Amino acid sequence: MGEVIVITSGKGGVGKTTTTANIGTALALEGKRTVLIDADIGLRNLDVVMGLENRIVYDLVDVVEGVCRMKQALIRDKRFNCLYLLPAAQTRDKNAVTPAQMQKLCEDLRDQFDFILIDCPAGIEQGFKNAIAGADKAVVVTMPEVSAVRDADRIIGLLASNELTNPQLIINRLRMDMVKRGDMMNIDDTIDILGVDLLGVVPDDEEIIVSSNRGEPVVTGNSSSAGQAYRNIAKRLLGEKIPLLNMDTEETFIDRLRNLFTVKNKKRTWKG
Amino acid sequence: MLDFFRFFSKEDNKSKDIAKERLQLVLIHDRANVSPRFLDMVKGDIAKVISNYMEIDEKGFDIRLSRVGQEEDKYTSALIANIPIKRVKNMGKNNG
Ligand SMILES: Nc1ncnc2c1ncn2[C@@H]1O[C@H](COP(=O)(O)OP(=O)(O)O)[C@@H](O)[C@H]1O
Ligand SMILES: [Mg+2]
Repeated sequence: MGEVIVITSGKGGVGKTTTTANIGTALALEGKRTVLIDADIGLRNLDVVMGLENRIVYDLVDVVEGVCRMKQALIRDKRFNCLYLLPAAQTRDKNAVTPAQMQKLCEDLRDQFDFILIDCPAGIEQGFKNAIAGADKAVVVTMPEVSAVRDADRIIGLLASNELTNPQLIINRLRMDMVKRGDMMNIDDTIDILGVDLLGVVPDDEEIIVSSNRGEPVVTGNSSSAGQAYRNIAKRLLGEKIPLLNMDTEETFIDRLRNLFTVKNKKRTWKG
Repeated sequence: MLDFFRFFSKEDNKSKDIAKERLQLVLIHDRANVSPRFLDMVKGDIAKVISNYMEIDEKGFDIRLSRVGQEEDKYTSALIANIPIKRVKNMGKNNG
């Protein structure tokens, strides 16, 4: 019996789609039968991030409306035989599907897959309600920044009132340089505020954009730190105890000294 | 010289600390408002405790979260309750 996990955030643009694509691909790397559902009806993106946009014939709404069978709509990944995508409809809106239909859809996928990952749309309305309806568990993605954290908190409350208590948190786009000079909330600050368990931390990494450009999730390459972070997250989902990536969070005396000089230098160049 | 003191002073205002403090305050209100039952539950429990000592006017019982200013621009949250009392129970001067 597969596990249904919704990836959500409240705020848009914090990395839900990137996270879904990468955790899903990393789970497939581990040999897990995985299906990614793009629940962002009307604004589909998971297909391009996965590089599968040219293979779409049917979509989620077609399945729900009985236009096609599930098997016809599932797109097999280019790289992994055990990885599939169920794309969102692009020309419909969120109200084309109901929470009950989403629930049934997830149930139908459970015996064929080990993991069913749902890429949730931004917001707290119908699209969100649809995306969480069939989920056993939730992963909340946030960025260490006031709006994203506030929205994550709201989402955590809404998840709890929908029986999705104890969501796990991913802090995305952490910038150590900013953390070190005290200009970005660190991992502890963020967990402290939200009061949920941490699933992982993904650094801000330009490789994410490069890999989206190519339609190849970063976890498929071995060089990027974001890819490593996502592979670790997938292993934690499989129950392995993997320590956080070494991104030394402590601001040392030398760092402060260095930052002080950097700031001064910057000021000088501005004036000059 | 000014920089030198700022450098060692504990109160150098890191923007991340300001963010954290502001978030913690705003989330108290967000959380109470997201769950409409939250304040009702608090209200019910307060009424229960108070009723041991005095008879209160349940209809006039008003409870809300509010921001209370401390110093210029520093705020904390406060739970403000207005509980009209009808009668205080006579508990006797000594216990029992
Ligand atoms: N860790 C990261 N480092 C750098 N860029 C990122 C990272 N995560 C996401 N992005 C970029 O941020 C943008 C929004 O990400 P996306 O996954 O589409 O967010 P959402 O699905 O929550 O709206 C994309 O351009 C993506 O490439
Ligand atoms: Mg998205």
